[in-house]
Amino acid sequence: MPLFSALSARWNSGDIVQILGANGSGKTTFLRLLAGLLRPHSGTVLFDGFAPESYECRSAMLYLGHQTGVELSLSPRENLEWYFALNGDKSGESMSAASVDFGALFDRVGLRGYEDVPCYQLSAGQQRRVALARLFRSNAPLWILDEPFTSIDKRGVGALVERIEEHAKSGGLVLLTSHQAWRDGCKSLDLEAYRGGVRR
Amino acid sequence: MSLIQLPSLRSALRATFVRELRIAGRNLAELANPWIFFIAVTLFVPLGLSAESKVLSVFGGGLVWILALLSVLLSLERIFQRDYDNGSLEQSILSGQPMYWLVSVKVFAHWCLTGLPLALLSPLLATMFAVPLKGWLALFLSLLFGGLAMSYVGALGAAMTVALRRGGLLISLIIIPFYLPLLIFGSEAVRSAQIGNPYVPHVMVLIAMAIFSVLFAPLAIGGALTVSMRE
Repeated sequence: MPLFSALSARWNSGDIVQILGANGSGKTTFLRLLAGLLRPHSGTVLFDGFAPESYECRSAMLYLGHQTGVELSLSPRENLEWYFALNGDKSGESMSAASVDFGALFDRVGLRGYEDVPCYQLSAGQQRRVALARLFRSNAPLWILDEPFTSIDKRGVGALVERIEEHAKSGGLVLLTSHQAWRDGCKSLDLEAYRGGVRR
Repeated sequence: MSLIQLPSLRSALRATFVRELRIAGRNLAELANPWIFFIAVTLFVPLGLSAESKVLSVFGGGLVWILALLSVLLSLERIFQRDYDNGSLEQSILSGQPMYWLVSVKVFAHWCLTGLPLALLSPLLATMFAVPLKGWLALFLSLLFGGLAMSYVGALGAAMTVALRRGGLLISLIIIPFYLPLLIFGSEAVRSAQIGNPYVPHVMVLIAMAIFSVLFAPLAIGGALTVSMRE
């Protein structure tokens, strides 16, 4: 049985789109499809006319999954150095990891003082913050965020929401799953409506 | 929309290499596991079989090669497993940097931590197994290039089984047939050198295998990793 079908949607830059659905309804699968990590059995995903596997799409994408890509035996700084050396800020201007102001970045995500502590010594929330720090330096036109607020405290969520809205305002497209109700001005897609191949 | 410029490939590869070495350095127990196996057997064999150098020198070179293969086999699982589990692998794929080069550098780092030290230690091993002086260079060269092929071919097995969780056994089953030619030419090189026959042809074959696997294995590894993401 297909997870969902007859699903068609189109979003533009500047949109914040919340993917809704109960546990197991396929939110993560859907985001992985959009990111090009999975392939749909039928149908296509296009970003600005390009397939998700293409360079054009990948060089424009920031993806944050359940597994955040934080290596626990490395420090937050080492993790982010690696990330930015590969990704840059994906804004269109080339940048190197050396040009990232890590001091300011760690201030913004509340990791000041933990820059050089191995990540396995940090709390779950702090480990998530290491991954979320990418958002505060990235200008990738497409953000795909799977449960970005998991184990983040209230103030952290506030800062994150602010950053996401700021990014959308400057022309980014943000797709995210979250169980948290968003403020107005956000589109949503409810996967329950396309469940099991039958449109309800 | 204009094409987005990623950071240069060189900086991405340097960062990947440094990261690999750092992770290895912070997880010394994992790293040392194959080495300890290697050293333990090197100690056991003379004690358990015979310390007579005449006896040892007959099979010494071949034994070093068998040990090298087994210890590399033991270390294969860790090449991609951590990165797969913590999500760094999908970040590498989605970064837009070419997987061919990212994978190449990762496996090269693996070789720097397994095959290269084994080759550098080969004079010591040769002494332990009473390999005559004539065989030392052949042992070093065959381990150096054979090890390169071992890492790159082995990484392919690791990439194909990374999504299966405990894929260690399967890696061995997939990879052992590919290791047999390496073992044949590697041990034969040492044996030939010991009795004064030319060993360069054998080493040449190993170099050819190393070049082939270094050039082409990353293509297959990149593909296998992308597919494993779909599990």
